[in-house]
Amino acid sequence: MFGLNLSFFKKKENSPAQVPKKDLGILVFENTSEVIQAENFLKSKGWQVRVMGPPPGIQSGCDLVIEFPLIEKLLLLRQLSQAGIPPLEMVPVTHPLLRPVDLFHTKDFGEYLMVRAANMKLTIHKKTRRIVNVSGGGCPDVPFLAQKMVGQHLDEAPRPGKIGHTLCGYALEIAHKEMIRQCSE
Amino acid sequence: MLGIVGTVPDESFPLTCGRIRLDEEFIVIKGIKVAINRGTPALIGAAVKTGQVLGLTEIKGFLVGDIGLGKGSRALYHDLTLTLPQMRLDTLVFHYLQPDVDWHNRVIFAVEEMEKRPKLIADAGFMYAAKMSGQAPSYDLFTPDVGELAFLADETAPHPFYTRGFILHQDNQVPDLISRALEHGNAAQHLMVKGSTDYVVCKGKIIDCIDQPSADAMEAMGGTGDTLTGILSALVQAGFTIPEAAKIAALTNRLAGVSAQPTPASQVMDIIRQIPRALTHALETLKISL
Repeated sequence: MFGLNLSFFKKKENSPAQVPKKDLGILVFENTSEVIQAENFLKSKGWQVRVMGPPPGIQSGCDLVIEFPLIEKLLLLRQLSQAGIPPLEMVPVTHPLLRPVDLFHTKDFGEYLMVRAANMKLTIHKKTRRIVNVSGGGCPDVPFLAQKMVGQHLDEAPRPGKIGHTLCGYALEIAHKEMIRQCSE
Repeated sequence: MLGIVGTVPDESFPLTCGRIRLDEEFIVIKGIKVAINRGTPALIGAAVKTGQVLGLTEIKGFLVGDIGLGKGSRALYHDLTLTLPQMRLDTLVFHYLQPDVDWHNRVIFAVEEMEKRPKLIADAGFMYAAKMSGQAPSYDLFTPDVGELAFLADETAPHPFYTRGFILHQDNQVPDLISRALEHGNAAQHLMVKGSTDYVVCKGKIIDCIDQPSADAMEAMGGTGDTLTGILSALVQAGFTIPEAAKIAALTNRLAGVSAQPTPASQVMDIIRQIPRALTHALETLKISL
């Protein structure tokens, strides 16, 4: 479907993400939760978009942008507008983009397992798979997410990617996904 | 007076400024009760408990509800720009707020208009904005954990989420990260680096390392860094120098943690309850009398 045959936009493992490419653009949204909604929407439509850190000129402190193939600008804009999540801006990539953290750290406490992604940690009780703690982070949705998730079963807890709004929330989503992956092995 | 600025995880919580007291497991501000779980309420809970031992009678909170959309934080930032210039505060702590460089700068301009500049302490989201603003050296104290220290050490990262991997992997090289943060102008005058070893840093030089007693489970518990910052803030307000306060706070937080016999499922209130006894113990151990 849309964008699937754009070979130039396939992820190239060996090419540094930081290098700007003339054929790419970024979608800028009001806040991180809109980015997450747009990412989920676009991926469900088959787009191989990537969330990245914005270039220095538009950083405000807690930002994500979506990298997209610039040639598909009008089609993407139409779809996002129809879905009720139009971007604030669509601009060409002219500066290096920041790559989100993709490193995990896992710590086994015996009865408990902790996964850390960036500055966020998620801990579960291994036997019951209940989330027992959320720690780290510094954005205001961290205490909110902890309140919603602690005590819930790993598979049934609200997804930080759905109810979180900041980069810390996004990092917790990555930790949550990684915990689910490790528990399903 | 000690002022603490931050958020509570409830969108309906109004912008509120007032004296804070504790009521069992809640903080109370202007008659509104807030549960102490983690984040700014945990920092405040620890500061008030510490203040009970030190004889601090007044801690002022500047709180607003925010669940991450930033609306509450921006309202609080705006209010601070209007009210801070008329206030008298000795110590001002900024905590869980939506990182926003523009609003950060406006708040710091308001601080500069105060008759007497308070000691400035930043942690969590506000520390992220402080680093990104390029004004880190104008702060008296940052209280990062090791991951956040790596973020301070990465001159290109606007948030810990973007800390580059080769820097993030330097978990065991805290001194190098401190040097790097200092080199790029991203460190406050003092750092309290929280982790399996707590480092007290003054102008880039490590002056104390505290690693005992230790409870491994505290790494998984949400809010243990907040309690450390809260204890430290109250000690600074009580007149201790920042390096002294940091050393006492690190030991107190560790003693409180160990006394709570935590598991990775323990909650931060278990530690806060132990603070008065732990602080007394820490002061005795360090041979400090009040």
